[in-house]
Amino acid sequence: MLMNLFKFKGGVKPPSNKLQSNHLPIAQAPMPSRLVVPLHQSIGGTPQPIVAAGDHVLKGQKIGEADGWISAAVHAPTSGTVLEVAMHVRPHPSGLDSLCVVIEPDGKDEWITRTPIDHKAAAPADVFHHLQQCGIVGLGGAGFPAHGKLTPSKGVAMDELIINGAECEPFITCDDLLMRERADEVVRGIAVFRDLLQPKRVLIGIEDNKPEAIAAMQAAVDAQNEPFSVVAVPTLYPAGGAKQLIRVLTGKEVPGSMRSTADMGVQVFNVGTAYSAWRAVAHGEPLISRILTITGNVHAPRNYEVLIGTPMGELLALAQPHPDTDGILMGGPMMGFLVPNPQVPVVKTTNCLIAHDDRLFPPKAPEMPCIRCGSCAQVCPHELQPFEMYWFSRAKNFGKTQEYNIFDCIECGCCSYVCPSRIPLVQYFRFAKSEIWAREREKNAADAAKSRFEFKQVREEREKAEKAEKLAKAAAAQAAKKAAEAAAAANTENATAPTAETVTTPAVADPAAAAVNPEKEAKRATIEAAMARAKAQREAVQPKNTESLTPEQQKAAAEIEARRVAAHLIEPEPVASAPASEKPE
Amino acid sequence: MFAPAPFLLKDVSVSQVMIQVCVALIPGIAAYASLVGPAILVQIVVATLSALLAEAAMLKLRGKSMAMFLTDGSAIVTAWLIALTFPPLAPWWLVATGTVFAIIVAKHLYGGLGQNPFNPAMVAFAVCIVAFPALMSQWPSVGLQLGLIEQMNIILGWAPRVDALSGATPLDAMKTALKLGEGGFDVTALLANQDIYGNFAGRGWEWVASGYLLGGLWLWQRKLITWHVPVSFIASMSVLSGALWLYSPSQFASPLFHLLSGGAMLGAFFIATDPVSGCTTPRGKLIFGAGAGLLAYIIRVFGGYPDGVAFAVLLMNLSAPLIDLLTQPPVFGMKDKA
Repeated sequence: MLMNLFKFKGGVKPPSNKLQSNHLPIAQAPMPSRLVVPLHQSIGGTPQPIVAAGDHVLKGQKIGEADGWISAAVHAPTSGTVLEVAMHVRPHPSGLDSLCVVIEPDGKDEWITRTPIDHKAAAPADVFHHLQQCGIVGLGGAGFPAHGKLTPSKGVAMDELIINGAECEPFITCDDLLMRERADEVVRGIAVFRDLLQPKRVLIGIEDNKPEAIAAMQAAVDAQNEPFSVVAVPTLYPAGGAKQLIRVLTGKEVPGSMRSTADMGVQVFNVGTAYSAWRAVAHGEPLISRILTITGNVHAPRNYEVLIGTPMGELLALAQPHPDTDGILMGGPMMGFLVPNPQVPVVKTTNCLIAHDDRLFPPKAPEMPCIRCGSCAQVCPHELQPFEMYWFSRAKNFGKTQEYNIFDCIECGCCSYVCPSRIPLVQYFRFAKSEIWAREREKNAADAAKSRFEFKQVREEREKAEKAEKLAKAAAAQAAKKAAEAAAAANTENATAPTAETVTTPAVADPAAAAVNPEKEAKRATIEAAMARAKAQREAVQPKNTESLTPEQQKAAAEIEARRVAAHLIEPEPVASAPASEKPE
Repeated sequence: MFAPAPFLLKDVSVSQVMIQVCVALIPGIAAYASLVGPAILVQIVVATLSALLAEAAMLKLRGKSMAMFLTDGSAIVTAWLIALTFPPLAPWWLVATGTVFAIIVAKHLYGGLGQNPFNPAMVAFAVCIVAFPALMSQWPSVGLQLGLIEQMNIILGWAPRVDALSGATPLDAMKTALKLGEGGFDVTALLANQDIYGNFAGRGWEWVASGYLLGGLWLWQRKLITWHVPVSFIASMSVLSGALWLYSPSQFASPLFHLLSGGAMLGAFFIATDPVSGCTTPRGKLIFGAGAGLLAYIIRVFGGYPDGVAFAVLLMNLSAPLIDLLTQPPVFGMKDKA
């Protein structure tokens, strides 16, 4: 279909390296010996595990419950036994562990009962719930729960629904193959999104280096008689960035710092997301597998349908990596990262594994000083001034980096790609961003602590005043009582006294003197009670895990303590009790 | 293993950039050597050697990697620009002094590659023309045809510097003639003297300038420079010189004369486009180029120096940070808010 396309500024044209992996049909990866399914696989809340070691699970059975609205359920990719729910390295550049459910397949691949939903008859809220329960998240990269993006924005009409089949990163061909082979179901999924969002038009953007995918999608759209436009967009990295694709197809510019594109009346989904949404709606299948490109320094690059949780090393072996392979790159070469080890499992957002070696990706030349040539600014798709941001990031002048809109940076890597001084610009920006976040967190924490402290002071003042008032009242009441008693006694004793005046004077003086003692007495009692309370508190805040230890544990703890003291990490004993008395109740 | 994305990198480097700038200078140098005199090649060698020596010494003093910075080519570009802007028969020590000053003071004392606020070659020119005004104003007389050996002897001081050997540039000659004549001469009559002024802008020099133009266009085509600075430089110089020329053709030379004389073309494509000391934003580059073109014209026509490109560029270098600050382009998605 012919339509007027727009351009985004910048962009680069790295060698696409897609031909290696897109000539063979999608193959089914064999069942791995073990599946490690991380619970945290999408943006938002981490799902809570609802299975325990030893449980038998069926294929598609929910193992992690969505935590909040922006979160999606996680399922068992096959039937088998839960070996453990434990921390394992997750596919993230940090190399940190996260909670995973480890499943040993029983080989039967036995499904749970699947319940499709009639999305046209059901209420939208039920469809959203269904998608959330099926664990449908964005498969393009960020993994945003799909149902969260299907709610139209308040007050802004939904103009365009954009389906992202651009796949602009070099090496990756999983969306290409998905569109070629399963266009029919992708288009049905798009129709579901369309029914929920009710946009004015639906645009399917595919880079023009994928003519087969474009033809297949057009044929599917025609066959289903849908009014969707399949649009070939010029091949230019990062045309597949959501905001760049929106620009190319609609002319709208959504600022990098604006989180939701719905505020501009446009929503973007990856083709893979549409496909999985259709499988969930029409077949009740949760998201337990995905298509993945395995390429790079391998003998047989190809796309595979793989179960979520499959260790990456096992998958890479399918493509027969060359012996000099020295790492696995997850994602494309522009924005991907080297995974910490080959046991890291495939997650919902894993679209590509690239066998890394120095021939394909030569080691970087040493960093030179910036010569302000401006190449980075010319290729930045968000029209930033990377060399200025670099300068201020390097100088740790983070305020200035924000003035230069560092948070509009999408970390696409175009600037690093063209830099003649080989400066890892994106790395500097990530550093600056994380420093800014850390400082904000610190500031917030300090602010919270300050207000807590101020509140505590106010409250203590108030309590002191109240206590004093109470004491004064009690003392006065006591005195009055005593005085009354004394007066009564005096009255009976001196019943024959000639005048009231002469009688009352000593009677009043006497109890008044006596009242001094009860007052002191009361004060002493309160102080004792307060001390007893404080003591009780001190005891209460003693670390609980130091009680009822086995002798071995006590010994180990003592040894650790001794080592700490030796290493001057802590000062010996007395310090421990000091903060306890400070602790507010 | 530590290696952040992107893993694919374009095959570019600082040395590649600098080498291409040198390549782009070759047409101009060829015209220079064949039309004005082969001595320029000697000067280029002198300048290159002194630049590399000064660079090596400074790198050693600053504890920087020789292998990395000596080969980056930036010192060579500075050296070539100095050789091309100095009088071709200037004594070798003048060129060497200028170059060493450029590398040590204008470049390394400010922090080395990428840190210099002023164009080092232009600093060298300004320093030398202030310190050695006579030597810096001696250009080979028109019609003087000396061989390479004789020219070398003059440069190296083995032959006497006969004053008669040295004249002025066509630009300077015209200014002096107009001043001396007190209105008695007129530009049209002067230009008729093709011995000095060639076909349109100074015999020989007009082809050297055309060579720079050619090299500059190649740089633009290779995307090593953007169109902004050369276009605004040439446009502003043309507009100002054109207006004055239209106002009084007998007192002012045509824009063509000015563009192809002196350092105008070299300045527009090779000097004002220096990214380190120039502006970086598109609008900033336009202002920078326009300012340099205007100032160069004003200084060369109304000022006391034979040419104004060096001072014009230095003055604009001074204003570049402010211009950049005020011309930041709006970012993606924020255009209507800016």
